[in-house]
Amino acid sequence: MSVSDQNPLVDQLREVHTEALERLVLVSDLTALDDWRVHYLGRKGALTQVMRGIGTLPTEQRPQVGQVSNEVKSALEAAFEAQVGAIKQAKLAKTLAQERVDVTLPGYPVSLGRLHPSTQTLREIAAIFGGMGFQIFDSREVESDYYNFELLNIPPYHPARDMWDTFYVNERVVLRTHTSPGQIRAMQAFHPDPIRVILPGMCYRYEAITARSEIMFHQVEGLAVGEHITMADLKGVLVNFARRMYGAERQVRFRCSHFPFTEPSVEVDMDCIVCNGAGCTLCKQTGWLEILGAGMVHPTVLRNGGYDPERFSGFAFGMGPERIMMQKYGIDDIRYFFSNDLRFLEQFG
Amino acid sequence: MIRGCIRDMSMRAPLSWLKDFVDITIPLDTLVDRMTMAGLEVGGVEHIGADWQHDKLFVGEVVEVSAHPHADRLVLATVAYGQGEPQTVITGAPNLKPGDRGQKVAFAVEGAQLHDGYSETPRLQTLSRTSIRGVESAGMVCSEKELGLSDDHTGVIILDPDLPVGRPLKDALGDVVLEVELTPNLARANCIVGLAREIAALTGQPWRAGPAAAAGSLVPTTAYGSVASADAELCARYSASLIENVTIQPSPPWMQRRLQYAGQRPINNIVDITNYVMLETGQPLHAFDYETLQGGVVVRRARLGETMQTLDGVERQLTTDMLLITDDSGPIALAGVMGGAATEVTEGTRHIFLESANFNFVNIRRTSQQLRLHSEAAQRFGRRVDPDLTISALLRASRLMETLGGGALHPDIADTYPAPSSPKTIMLRAAEVTRILGMEFSPADMTRILTSLEFGCMTYHKNGDTRLEVAVPSHRLDVSEPADLIEEIARIHGYDAIPTTLIRDVLPPQRSQSHLEGLEQTRDILVGCGLTEILSYSLSNLDSINRARTEGPPAVADDYIGLANPISQERQLLRQSLLPSLLETLSTNRRYRQRMALFEIGRVYQPQAGEELPREQRYLGIAITGPLLPRSWHDADEPPQFGWTHLKGIIDTLVQRLNVPQVRFAAATHAALHPARTAALSVNGEALGIAGDVHPQVCERFDLAGRSVAMLELNLDLLLAHRQPRHYQPISRFPAVLEDVALVVDDDLPAQVVEDAIRAAGGEWLRDVTLFDLYYGEPIPDGKKSLAYALTFQADDRSLTEDEVRVLYRRIQAHTAAELGAAMRE
Ligand SMILES: [Zn+2]
Repeated sequence: MSVSDQNPLVDQLREVHTEALERLVLVSDLTALDDWRVHYLGRKGALTQVMRGIGTLPTEQRPQVGQVSNEVKSALEAAFEAQVGAIKQAKLAKTLAQERVDVTLPGYPVSLGRLHPSTQTLREIAAIFGGMGFQIFDSREVESDYYNFELLNIPPYHPARDMWDTFYVNERVVLRTHTSPGQIRAMQAFHPDPIRVILPGMCYRYEAITARSEIMFHQVEGLAVGEHITMADLKGVLVNFARRMYGAERQVRFRCSHFPFTEPSVEVDMDCIVCNGAGCTLCKQTGWLEILGAGMVHPTVLRNGGYDPERFSGFAFGMGPERIMMQKYGIDDIRYFFSNDLRFLEQFG
Repeated sequence: MIRGCIRDMSMRAPLSWLKDFVDITIPLDTLVDRMTMAGLEVGGVEHIGADWQHDKLFVGEVVEVSAHPHADRLVLATVAYGQGEPQTVITGAPNLKPGDRGQKVAFAVEGAQLHDGYSETPRLQTLSRTSIRGVESAGMVCSEKELGLSDDHTGVIILDPDLPVGRPLKDALGDVVLEVELTPNLARANCIVGLAREIAALTGQPWRAGPAAAAGSLVPTTAYGSVASADAELCARYSASLIENVTIQPSPPWMQRRLQYAGQRPINNIVDITNYVMLETGQPLHAFDYETLQGGVVVRRARLGETMQTLDGVERQLTTDMLLITDDSGPIALAGVMGGAATEVTEGTRHIFLESANFNFVNIRRTSQQLRLHSEAAQRFGRRVDPDLTISALLRASRLMETLGGGALHPDIADTYPAPSSPKTIMLRAAEVTRILGMEFSPADMTRILTSLEFGCMTYHKNGDTRLEVAVPSHRLDVSEPADLIEEIARIHGYDAIPTTLIRDVLPPQRSQSHLEGLEQTRDILVGCGLTEILSYSLSNLDSINRARTEGPPAVADDYIGLANPISQERQLLRQSLLPSLLETLSTNRRYRQRMALFEIGRVYQPQAGEELPREQRYLGIAITGPLLPRSWHDADEPPQFGWTHLKGIIDTLVQRLNVPQVRFAAATHAALHPARTAALSVNGEALGIAGDVHPQVCERFDLAGRSVAMLELNLDLLLAHRQPRHYQPISRFPAVLEDVALVVDDDLPAQVVEDAIRAAGGEWLRDVTLFDLYYGEPIPDGKKSLAYALTFQADDRSLTEDEVRVLYRRIQAHTAAELGAAMRE
């Protein structure tokens, strides 16, 4: 037997409950929801009206009806809160949907500059040799003939002078044709300590400016002097360099050559990065690309630098960052490097 | 150190010629590789006759030549070629005439692939049966051009008479030519014999010297004349021979072929023989017409003011450093460089006076360079020639003149050798080889290698030390010390056989690289500011320098370090400023870039009084123009453009990040810049650089008219030298007090002065001063401006009280009023 059978107020409470819930689901905005709340749960609302009748009931019936009315009230309040949440959520979802952007549109431009490709390569070279203990030694560009040639075992009118086409300031002063005079300056600065330095810098050569030759270019010279420096060490250092610069799979070969300031002298080739040694136009069908000149420091040069060649030995090497870039990227015109065409410079880094 | 044109000699060596002196037993590829690895770089291999078909091209013999019945210029040649019956073919070659017979020719049969004799560019075509004016022709007698040997199509090629008829042409005439590129130290290998000797050592074969021709007596004075060297230092040796009654005629086909393959044009037997022997032995020779000589030959320096006419017809002004060959009449040749016109061998020459001498290489180089006269002889003498070579080369050439010129060699050889070379010996310690190469060689291995190169070796063991006493052969002018021998051992053994190790030596002391790191830090800061690095030529010109100047006297070349031998007008002075090249870069890129924000870090070169070498300093240059940001769809209608304030912001950022708080700006003028928008920068009172908007007239000159361009140039070395160490500032736990102050000051008072005054008055609790407003106009009177600053006060040890801040605030007010006449705006 149910309470409603015994009391019409209970029936009224049930009716209010049912009706309120039915109407609540139709409410979709916060204003209408507030109206609903006032209508059913307000001080003059439907539920309050019914509950006022409780006072007219016989005392023994009051607790029972009171309990029902509290249940209905809690249920309606909970339903109200839930609906508030739902409506807010729906509203937020709608707002967010309206905030849609085309994620494929270009973003706001950021201005970040670039390093010159030669600088990038110089840094790469410096980092690789830095890892092997080579520091940087900076040396002048306008040099005396004495440092650029004579101290490097290249006397005046020696046939080896034909190896360099030189810009002269006067009979005694030249624009350095290579970074090698820096070897002497480094030795004179550091002897009798052992030396491990690289010497990056701009060099000059009296040559027509064409796609294949420039009057100005960077070189990175390397120099190691000590009491136990061997040609085997030279090979090891350069193999490591080539593999880090060009890739771990690179093959390197050491070919006999001649520089007046080293003996033995070598030229270092790497298997061609385009054809992997099969032969192509870049490597002139030889399968090899020349990447470096190197050798054991000539005793005369060691002596000129202040080291006793009977006790000390050393190796030196030299490479061209622009040539390295040209090989790595297939750049076919060396003039790009110093003509400052932004369409070129902006392709790197 | 790096490659450049380090191989400036190149030798074309026909394999057939090399094989006269050494057996080549290994495959061509292996030979090429071994030579290249040993420093004799084979830059190219030319296969002569590679495309001559074995069954289509033969050595033929002309059996009969008769006139063509219907054409005057053509003949019918009947040629036997060893395959069936002789064929009759038509030819228009002028060197086959009716009645001729017996010539050996290159004969092609139907189907042969030949070069088109009439095409400008090489073009292969297949020989087919033709009929010219009713006469059928099934084969062809070939010209050099048709065989692809040269461009010569004037006649058919005549072969050596002793070639057997019917031999495939490829076997008779085909060859392989190695193009060997040589470094200066390998001058000895710039000849066939020299290369053969190297190949012998590299392949373990003996080399064959030519037949030792027995010489008659070697005397300075002979029946046909005397020779003397008046300067033993410049002419160590002078040898000569007389070949009488020669007939000047073409040299035989085999010699012409070899010369041709080696890159020389055949001329006549006498010239060809001197060239041939020079290519073979490396000894330059010179042939005089004996009947033009007057009296004995003396080698001496030229006298003051002396002149002579060289073979090329040029009258040469000589200096007393130049060496001459003279006779009683005066100069007859410029020693080792070029012969004289008066004694030249001509068609009518009957007797040859043949010179084979040795001259000082430095002197020859100097003469050749001073006269700008470059001959093959001068190039060879200039790289040193073995003085022991004169006689053998002389005899080789003289004998050839006998056989090929029908002459008779006089039994006496004229020879003076005032400065004979002395044999050299070098002591080589085995331990030294190991010390340099990082690998051990046994005395036996070293001896084997050195002996293969004709060094003499004796091994000594003493106190556990092994030494080789090495005798240097006379042709190894490049070897004088142990290092030279170590290189030879490594080279012949092969560099690839040397182990690969990492340095075992101690790591040298590591030194501070602060300045160099500062350069890189500067680059990184500027890249972060949106600038792109450029690198310009260090060499400039006055036009370009003066284009970037509006006022003041123009720059003159004397103020610059200039080149004595510039390669172009454009690149002849060493720059002293980065501004001209920055402007040029803006100018050349203006067509494809609106926004340009560039920097360059590069050296400038200032002459120093009393110093031979200039002062080299690294400068920083910046140039900005165009919109602040790359163009995008976000842009306003008129996007903001770069100008002075942006440049100032970049400089402020750089100075702040490098931590050089001492940098100051002051209004200034500069030849390239806007007179009212230019700042001079200084650091600790020393001039640092300039910055400002570029003068509109300068913009115009660089095709930048109407653009706003701002530029900076400063002495980066100086800026970096003034970097201050960074100090850590603990973050105060106590609140900061923020106050604004607005000061009205004279319009021409620099803002930096105002800020300095505020800071000076604010003391240590004034932590930050930020200008947030600059205002002109009502109610500020004309000639005045209002500067509003946000001030931050803070202490590290406690909260500042209102009273304390008020005191400071008043102090700032009083100080700026007293020092700058500033009025505080309420
Ligand atoms: Zn390749």
